[in-house]
Amino acid sequence: MSELSVDHLLGIKDLTKEDIHLIHTTADQFKEVINRPIKKVPSLRDITIANLFFENSTRTKLSFELAEKRLSADVINFSASQSSVKKGETLVDTVNNILAMKVDIVVMRHPNPGAGVFLSKHVDARIVNAGDGAHEHPTQALLDSYSIREKLGTLEGKKVVIVGDILHSRVALSNIYCLQKLGAEVMVCGPATLIPTHIESLGVKVEFNLRKALEWCDVANMLRVQNERMDISYFPSVREYVQQYGVNKELLDSLKKKIVIMHPGPINRGVEITSDVADSDQSIILNQVENGVAVRMAVLYLIASKIQRNND
Amino acid sequence: MSQKLLLNAQELDIILHRLACQLIENHHRFKKTALIGLQPRGSFLLKRLSIMLQEHYGITDLKTGLLDITFYRDDFRRGEEPLKANSTDIQFIVEDMNVVIVDDVLYTGRSIRAALTALQSFGRPASIELLTLIDRRFSRHLPIQPDYNGRQVDAIGDQKVKVLWNENDGVDAVYLLKNES
Repeated sequence: MSELSVDHLLGIKDLTKEDIHLIHTTADQFKEVINRPIKKVPSLRDITIANLFFENSTRTKLSFELAEKRLSADVINFSASQSSVKKGETLVDTVNNILAMKVDIVVMRHPNPGAGVFLSKHVDARIVNAGDGAHEHPTQALLDSYSIREKLGTLEGKKVVIVGDILHSRVALSNIYCLQKLGAEVMVCGPATLIPTHIESLGVKVEFNLRKALEWCDVANMLRVQNERMDISYFPSVREYVQQYGVNKELLDSLKKKIVIMHPGPINRGVEITSDVADSDQSIILNQVENGVAVRMAVLYLIASKIQRNND
Repeated sequence: MSQKLLLNAQELDIILHRLACQLIENHHRFKKTALIGLQPRGSFLLKRLSIMLQEHYGITDLKTGLLDITFYRDDFRRGEEPLKANSTDIQFIVEDMNVVIVDDVLYTGRSIRAALTALQSFGRPASIELLTLIDRRFSRHLPIQPDYNGRQVDAIGDQKVKVLWNENDGVDAVYLLKNES
């Protein structure tokens, strides 16, 4: 198979296992490209991509922008803080105005869950979801699974624990879908207040004891404590969170096997993980960042390849 | 579909020896020369030539690489078939080297045009030459000709040239496929 089953990348939930494999194998080729002396290919030189960020982002935005430029696409950037959104323009109006400038693909981050799905039904462009509220962040899950595949060879039968703020995390939900489709077992671990009720219905294990979770897993994906999304206190203090759910070198070394440590960034050093864990040889955090560009190139390339030229 | 045998295993072997000798004539000990096979089908020809050069003609430290041109093609989003990428494997910088591009069939020349662009990502070669096993003359869309050529073939329209390799297809042979109508 050499084509995605979907026209837009809105969430991992819509993808098949074959889609994810195709994205991964295409990313392998782009990873080779971005390690060349000249890191650029001309594939998307007649494609224009708009990056619409209605919510703050540093690394995802940079990563997408770099991926677009390495594919030779024309790129326009838009962030809500400097736009007419502040003046009361609706999402569809904003995007249609941008599309009037002949944009082919929209990469969007938005605080509302389902914003990408909504947009895909109302505008004539391909949509790539770069995070919609606490719903999905598909490219992060694709690059996380790509990084695990690179480190361990396969996802099949591997055990992955996602630790921390599951409740507010789009990374967690996309990762759960993605890892399960690839045949991995998933567990979530965190304070009971930050684990959504009924999450078992997604087929994941729930564990409240971090040591037990780490003893079980091959890979631990440590999520950031999202203080900005917390309107009430979900745990008594950061100090207590660190004692219960922070990973330090001592804990890591006391485990029977060497597990892989991941983090989607940005790290609160000394909270989710200590500095010596983040910088240890078990951590693949910087590999995740590098792979992020290759995986996003693969996603954009595969989405763009389904846009038919109409003036041939 | 009928098929006509253009080259059998023995003829193919003679041609490969000739191509290897022509390469040696121009590149002597291959000190500053690299052979780059185009993915996917050029890789078999490259493999044969490099084994022959090393085993029959005693060329040591021959530099070879594989180049995938998928991301450089000019028919992206134009063809019916989506393009699938293959791996590129060039473990050296081609700066100031004499590069010989190796491919099995030269048809429109568009793949070679893409390969010329792709090679720029690996440096500025001193020179680039083209070696093809089959040259379908009369079919060119671009001003590109081979420097080393196995056999010229007059194939037209929807005819196809199929190159089979023992290691991949179980037999060494080149066929011309034509539609019956």
